[in-house]
Amino acid sequence: MDLEVPEGTIFSLLGPNGAGKTTIVQILSTLIGADGGEARVGGHDLARDPAGVRTAIGVTGQFAAVDNLLTGHENLVLMADLHHLGKAEGRRRAADLLERFDLVEAGRKTAGTYSGGMRRRLDLAMCLVGEPQIIFLDEPTTGLDPRSRRTMWQIIRDLVAGGVTIFLTTQYLDEADQLADRIALLDRGTLVAEGTPEELKRLVPGGHVSLRFAAPEGVAAAARLFGGLPYDRDELTLQVPSDGRVASLKVLLGALDAESVEVESLAIHTPDLDDVFLALTGGPGRPKEHAR
Amino acid sequence: MTALRYAATDSATMLRRNLRHMLRYPSMTAMLVGIPVIFLLLFVYVFGGTLGNGLGGPSGGRAEYVDYVTPGILLMSVAGTAQGTAVSVAMDMTEGIVARFRTMAISRASVLTGHVVGSMIQAMLGLAVVIGVALLIGFRPEAGPVEWAGAVGVLALLVLALTWLTVALGMASKTVESASNAPMPLMLLPFLGSGFVPTDSMPAGLRWFAEYQPFTPVIETLRGLLLGGPVGDSAIQAVAWCAGISLVCYLWAMRLYNRDPSR
Repeated sequence: MDLEVPEGTIFSLLGPNGAGKTTIVQILSTLIGADGGEARVGGHDLARDPAGVRTAIGVTGQFAAVDNLLTGHENLVLMADLHHLGKAEGRRRAADLLERFDLVEAGRKTAGTYSGGMRRRLDLAMCLVGEPQIIFLDEPTTGLDPRSRRTMWQIIRDLVAGGVTIFLTTQYLDEADQLADRIALLDRGTLVAEGTPEELKRLVPGGHVSLRFAAPEGVAAAARLFGGLPYDRDELTLQVPSDGRVASLKVLLGALDAESVEVESLAIHTPDLDDVFLALTGGPGRPKEHAR
Repeated sequence: MTALRYAATDSATMLRRNLRHMLRYPSMTAMLVGIPVIFLLLFVYVFGGTLGNGLGGPSGGRAEYVDYVTPGILLMSVAGTAQGTAVSVAMDMTEGIVARFRTMAISRASVLTGHVVGSMIQAMLGLAVVIGVALLIGFRPEAGPVEWAGAVGVLALLVLALTWLTVALGMASKTVESASNAPMPLMLLPFLGSGFVPTDSMPAGLRWFAEYQPFTPVIETLRGLLLGGPVGDSAIQAVAWCAGISLVCYLWAMRLYNRDPSR
């Protein structure tokens, strides 16, 4: 595995459960040792200068946690004290972060009483107390409801706008697609692809229209019409390559109409990261359909 | 020099955190203080009349037994607090907050020293309560200020030793439940020594164990200091045991803390 993350960008490590995402974050954040290889984090060599790495990073997510018996405010002040910020500065930063992450009310309650979304926000706020240049986010939105996820995404975008570098792991393709400048696909501990979201999408076949017919004669006739495409006799479906534009759909349906072939339903499929993911990680090969 | 100063401030920060935990979770502290008090009352009022007569002293009975049993109960109290330490260390390790500390540029030992100092404060407070109750129900030590200082010193050493032991046990445990069970034998050791009855009343094999296990010299030293009997070699043995256990368990705990958390 060979990775490079430019400063001020979001890099996303994408992979199914058990692919090794958390292990990589644990190694890069000095939590566990690597059994080989070389890495530099924020200019510090991981093996020779782990203390230097620790001054540059902040870690949040799956394995790092908040202190359940302390309040939100106390958790942040704890972090400030451990960064030797001084009492006044520590309090000021804690108050700022509570404000910024919409936790002012909750700041007086113990973290054990927080909802999932609040915990993640506090978790991230805690790693920002030390103003790290590099932030590791290990599955920051796993288990969150859609609204909390969007809030978290916005926070992440704001951080990068402020010049921070983010190393994000996720099992959600749309999250990587939404946020990441570059994505690496990880499967069972090996890197299977790396590139921008667009580059990765180009790795899989383009879009198509999936047509479903009422009768076997229909699907056979349509397959002949489009130059002898292979089709699924049991499911009565046929996939016709298409760019998904309305004009080309009209042409397609017009051609079928002219031959009096009855189409029961159709679905337009544009390539997304799901296709890349499933094609490259050897998962079940059924493409996801976007019904329109 | 700054490294040392940071180690001290980080430890103080961790200590504040642990003291806050104790305030937030008072039922644990109450239990740790309550159990030895209950044992004290149980042994003095239920068994004390008969056991006291068996001691063969001049007055006999309950009054004599309060004096005899109090040092043993003090050790039970220390063992109980140590059990609480194992639980809170294991909770820290399993809940992942320690993983966060490990990725931060803070003194490596501070997490553990915070626990140890916090537990020592808790244990000394617990001991004060137990001694207070013992005095109320008739414990009459003959110690002057020097003897009291010596007794407190021996107790503090024992607390230090057992706390490092249970910090290490808490880290070695995979779950909070097993961390709570691992120090159980410590609660039994005062019974299998001279805590509740003189060892010479025990059968040969048991007596041999009771005389050579580390709690017995500590109990005998306390008895000597507080009640004015001979201290003899017990003091040296007690200090040696405590220092040895502290050192070995400190090294063990640091080793466990610095290993890869690959569990």
